[in-house]
Amino acid sequence: MAVQRWFGQAALATLALGAVACSAPSPSRLVTGDAASRTYVPPGEHDEYYSFMSGGYSGNVTVYGLPSGRLLKTIPVFSQFPENGYGYSEETKPMLETSYGFLPWDDTHHPQLSQTDGMPDGRWLFINGNNTPRVARIDLTTFETDEIIEIPHSAGGHASPFVTPNSEYLVSAVRFSLPVPNKDVPIETYKQNFKGSLSFVTANKPGEMDIAFQILMPGYNYDLGRAGKAKSEGWFFFTTYNTEQAYTLLELNASKNDKDYIAAVNWKVAEKCVADGKAKVAPARYMHNTMDHGSRSATSETKTSVKMLVPADCPGVLYFLPTPKSPHGVDVDPTGEYIVGGGKLASVIPVHSFTKMLAAIEAKDFENELDGIPVLRYESVIAGEVERPGLGPLHTEFDGKGNAYTTMFISSEVVKWKLGTWEVLDRMPVYYSVGHLMIPGGDGVTPWGKYLVAMNKITKDRYLPTGAELTHSAQLIDISGEKMEMLLDFPTQGEPHYAQALPASMIKDKQVKFFSLADNTHPWATKSEAEATVERRGKAVHVKAIAVRSHFAPDVIEGVEVGDTVYWHVTSIEQDWDIVHGFAVLGMRTAEIIIAPGETRTIKFVPQEPGVYPFYCTDFCSALHQEMQGYLRVSAPGSGVKLTAGLSERSATQQARAARTVPPSAAAPVAPAGGKGGR
Amino acid sequence: MTPRMRLLLGLTMVVGLAALVLPLWEVRLGAPQYPEGLGLQIFAHTVAGIKEHDLQNINGLNHYIGMQEIRPDAIPELKFMPWIIVGLLVAGAAVAWRGSRRALLIWLVVFALLGAVGLWDFWRWEYDYGHNLDMDKAIIIVPGMTYQPPLIGSKQLLNFTATAWPGFGALALGVPFLAGVVVLLRSRRRGGEAT
Repeated sequence: MAVQRWFGQAALATLALGAVACSAPSPSRLVTGDAASRTYVPPGEHDEYYSFMSGGYSGNVTVYGLPSGRLLKTIPVFSQFPENGYGYSEETKPMLETSYGFLPWDDTHHPQLSQTDGMPDGRWLFINGNNTPRVARIDLTTFETDEIIEIPHSAGGHASPFVTPNSEYLVSAVRFSLPVPNKDVPIETYKQNFKGSLSFVTANKPGEMDIAFQILMPGYNYDLGRAGKAKSEGWFFFTTYNTEQAYTLLELNASKNDKDYIAAVNWKVAEKCVADGKAKVAPARYMHNTMDHGSRSATSETKTSVKMLVPADCPGVLYFLPTPKSPHGVDVDPTGEYIVGGGKLASVIPVHSFTKMLAAIEAKDFENELDGIPVLRYESVIAGEVERPGLGPLHTEFDGKGNAYTTMFISSEVVKWKLGTWEVLDRMPVYYSVGHLMIPGGDGVTPWGKYLVAMNKITKDRYLPTGAELTHSAQLIDISGEKMEMLLDFPTQGEPHYAQALPASMIKDKQVKFFSLADNTHPWATKSEAEATVERRGKAVHVKAIAVRSHFAPDVIEGVEVGDTVYWHVTSIEQDWDIVHGFAVLGMRTAEIIIAPGETRTIKFVPQEPGVYPFYCTDFCSALHQEMQGYLRVSAPGSGVKLTAGLSERSATQQARAARTVPPSAAAPVAPAGGKGGR
Repeated sequence: MTPRMRLLLGLTMVVGLAALVLPLWEVRLGAPQYPEGLGLQIFAHTVAGIKEHDLQNINGLNHYIGMQEIRPDAIPELKFMPWIIVGLLVAGAAVAWRGSRRALLIWLVVFALLGAVGLWDFWRWEYDYGHNLDMDKAIIIVPGMTYQPPLIGSKQLLNFTATAWPGFGALALGVPFLAGVVVLLRSRRRGGEAT
């Protein structure tokens, strides 16, 4: 927010000086007459696109339909989510394990859809955690976080998790350079001791995400990245700032150089150097968390080393392209030829040419060399500059028709310009202070160039006021015509830094409706009512419970003592679409669990005092939802109350009913209904 | 009966065998919260959900109104119905082989009677499920309400619209029967001309 404020003040100052490159916003042209009908999705009908927005400091991903702007789902990723128990249930807690311990929060920035042949393929969504750098993979058949890998030697994993055109790798580059490995050094030794790193993570093997290699970099800040594509496939581009290597008051000290760099990484060369054994094995400690699909339980694994490549040991792997004034975004056009820098403090948008870059490398047309990294000449690689584009250019995406769209944070507008001629074609004011923009497929080789979503940081008077902290907003713009047309404006959750979108038809028919009870491999799964029971293992009491409309079994439990830890394993034996149950106990020091049909979720409950503890279903499951409840009796230590899993009259009926449907061999061990505890 | 008629009649018995694998009857249930629908298929040998878990889900819903659980292994008819169908078709083939009009007439009458008994039995089965409710275990009690699904056509049962129609198995079984009727009528006319 401090940076935003600074920019905001700069913007006001610039406005006052009358030096604004663009005309003042004219609200009259913002919304055309039929905008409402073009974004109206009638009741019961579906949106055309799924869009996935990062939640920023919520640590989540939010899913919105386009063009309606309706919120469809919040997917918890790096933050505990009391709404469904993610990060609270025993099955999901390991997803939030890191080398720093259990972390209940992070800051999500950039959603990235997996790609095949340079376009979203609808398999997964990747997202980064910025604070304690991690990358997550979300499965797009379940809309659940399936895998998280921590990035070692890293802080501020901002340039992440952009992917190569066939998802061979996703990247994570550091914002904060650090001592590598991290150690206790005086901060004033920044220039000697601090290094950056670019991580390449294997992305196309679900369950096996791994740090393929890291490239050790000069101690700059790395900001954003994009893969080369089409003709530049095999390269990756990263922006740098703070090439001044300041460690204090960066807003001033990191803004001194006239040019910083775009780092061009030839990842095919890097791959080869690693294969040839030129990377060193560096000690590291990081975690890899995966969700098992049978038990729907996560496990954590600690990894202890990483392959570290030093650019000087691998000639041809890396070049610096000088780029004006602390570039933020780096975006590659659909042909792969143009590399657009978003020099946030620059007065032009510089566009590099991939062809010219290759020619300059071939000719060894270098300005100098930094840590073994050749620096190309700006004049040799620049294709053109967009002049007077607006103030504070940040991010660019493309419509696949030869046009580029760049956000202007300070002048608060989206600017359309033409690749090749660099002329500004159109401007659309947005409210206020736009960060990223997103065109569905707009980072790919054939964008679906119909809509553009601008993600704004400040809303002030745009909605009904709601206290000091206000929502951020998204604005939907039609870009199918020559002029941009504003269609819709909707509030968003947390801070959607960036979004990606794909046509709904690509994934909507692949959605899991429920999980197969028969395939549930959870060690404490209870697959029929007849198997419901309680079991004592020392001080641990395991309740094997089922949930089905409209009761739990068992629903009367006695014999638990203060000092025991109760593990309540609740299996939903439903096999029906959109019938979920929830579970909560009086006084539990955790969140509820939501249990999807066929899955098992576990709550850990440690009663503190003798007494009776009611529990109930928290998700309105059926007409008799309010009856879906039970009681746990907790006695004083040593009271000798026998452990029993009793059944109410109604569930006794249910148990008898269930017992009839299981084969006699399976039904044999069942004790008579009404009490079968004391095991 | 000409040899060609006998051959064709014999071949329709093979068509009738499809009744052993295709559903004889279908009952579909729709409700506001079930846009995708639930349904049962009555086969000669079993009762199954149209979708994998439909039978389980229908039983789950039925417990609210005290209805008995539908358990295919507890319905004795399903154990001998396939044999009745096979027997009927084998007899039909024998009739075609012999080419006797009189045998054909008897076969048709038996077929029609068995069909009528089968439908009556299905109706009786539906009546039992719909009326024989366990009121001690029923959770939702609507005075006077019964839950007998229709034999054919549509009927509203609380929030569900139940619709029943013959399945492809019943249609397959209709083929040899109708062929038999046609053969009977045509052979009578020709027989009359010949004598």
